[in-house]
Amino acid sequence: MKKVMTGHKAVAEAMRQIEPDVVAVYPITPQSEIAEYYAQYVHDGLVRTELVPVESEHSAMSACVGAAAAGARVMTATASQGLALMVEVLYIAAGLRLPIVMALANRALSAPINIHCDHSDAYLARDCGAIQIFAESAQEAYDYMLMAQRVAEHKEVRLPVIVNLDGFTLTHSSQVVETLPDEEAKGFVGEYEPLYPLLDVDHPTTWGPFAMPDYYFELKRSQEAGMEAAPGVFLRVQEEYSRLCGRNYRGFFEAYRLEDAERVIVVMGSTAGTAKVVVDELRARGEKVGLLKVWLWRPFPREEITEALAGAKAVAVMDRALSHGNLGALYLDVAAGFSGREGPVLVNYIYGLGGRDIPAEHIAQVFAGLKEARPGERRFLGLRE
Amino acid sequence: MKEIRWHGRGGQGAKTVSQILAQINLREGKHVQSFPEYGPERSGAPVRAYNRISGEEILIHSGVYRPDIVVVIDETLLEAENATEGLKPDGVLIVNTSRSAEEIREVTGFPGKIIALDATKIAQEAGTGFPNVPMLGAVAAVLGTDPKVAEEELRETLSHRLPPEVVEKNLVAFRAGYETAKGVYVGS
Repeated sequence: MKKVMTGHKAVAEAMRQIEPDVVAVYPITPQSEIAEYYAQYVHDGLVRTELVPVESEHSAMSACVGAAAAGARVMTATASQGLALMVEVLYIAAGLRLPIVMALANRALSAPINIHCDHSDAYLARDCGAIQIFAESAQEAYDYMLMAQRVAEHKEVRLPVIVNLDGFTLTHSSQVVETLPDEEAKGFVGEYEPLYPLLDVDHPTTWGPFAMPDYYFELKRSQEAGMEAAPGVFLRVQEEYSRLCGRNYRGFFEAYRLEDAERVIVVMGSTAGTAKVVVDELRARGEKVGLLKVWLWRPFPREEITEALAGAKAVAVMDRALSHGNLGALYLDVAAGFSGREGPVLVNYIYGLGGRDIPAEHIAQVFAGLKEARPGERRFLGLRE
Repeated sequence: MKEIRWHGRGGQGAKTVSQILAQINLREGKHVQSFPEYGPERSGAPVRAYNRISGEEILIHSGVYRPDIVVVIDETLLEAENATEGLKPDGVLIVNTSRSAEEIREVTGFPGKIIALDATKIAQEAGTGFPNVPMLGAVAAVLGTDPKVAEEELRETLSHRLPPEVVEKNLVAFRAGYETAKGVYVGS
């Protein structure tokens, strides 16, 4: 059914349909409404979830880890400083192979304190071992919350999944979202089968053991097997979901008018929507431009993205976070694919920090800027110098 | 695509009617967006909210800079907020005021269509006290929305939060705003 709803309502609706056993959550702007909606669902008896209103995000993720190890299906949501507080425990969730699914309402990190969107929180969690997906719209956020559950819980994956949606731009903006009927959503997500649950007292297991130099390395390498399995699982889940919902989610990224494009933008999140409008305008004037919108950021689909960009002349990789002292993280991800081989000129654009708006004219400036580009250049878009 | 900017003060319900306008237009089969501008939220502070309404899918996620319609729920914001900034010269300015359209033109210098309606008075007469709903009616009239569709959506949405008699008063206020604006808009 199509309804006007905000991004946080779309996420909360997906969570209601998934109906996890445990939600441990602490409110923070611009995520709070997700927690509020879900608390209301629990209060109204729409879900049988155990809601744990914790005293901090560190505790939220700790409760999630405990509940997931016990054998529960577990979800949470946070943003910005809340994620920063969670990160210590998020590494543990990944290391313990716990399929915790969370929405991240992307918001800038302090200082200076700011409540608006950038991707610095997602970047902070880049190496924690969680799978990370970026949504362009409230619709995609809803859809990927359902898909994330299946990816996280797949026996070959068993990792936390973060579904990123731009704070305010998506969380607080009302858009048209088509949701699945409850029974279809529930049927798609399916029953959760925990592995080695702690509450299975007849089969005691050890969780979170000490590992010295003799085993730590092997254990971390085996954790990477989950990341290695994730892309294949991601594609199969996308295929099944695309057939169910009628929308086209096929691939690690969306290739928008990319086939013969000479100048290309690579971007994640809601900015991709604005970029599509600009691509259409420039195409109408005969300019060969295109867009590659990254859905799956971790694990990074390097080979596929390299192939998709190989025919371009110049590519702007846009990072909505500053990796202080270096080029942007997404830029380096893309550039690594062209190491040792011929490829387009790659330029890095840092944009939209702290909620700086990205109007269509700025995207057009990026495409124009690609006509004269030095490889490895870092540019700041929409910045007052 | 039509882009709309609402100016109100915190507590006047600019964000709420922007959301309802989106729902009305979805009911008409349009693609819609509604989003507020977030600064420090406090009662009485200037608030902006926005709509995009289109026959095609709306992909753009940036702010609105060149609105087709500007709606001013609190006329003190005409000057305090430079409410006509970026408004297309052939666009429409809708102001809640007891002054005439000519007086508003003098104040704003806006060359396009101006609809001056006393939404505060309409709301008082309807017994609701909130000028945002008659202003919603005015916008619906300018957009050429079928008033029956709009009223269906309004009734359904308000019924979730208000008792039936208050819902009916709001519908009266909506219709009065709609008719007033329609008369002025078609006649201008």
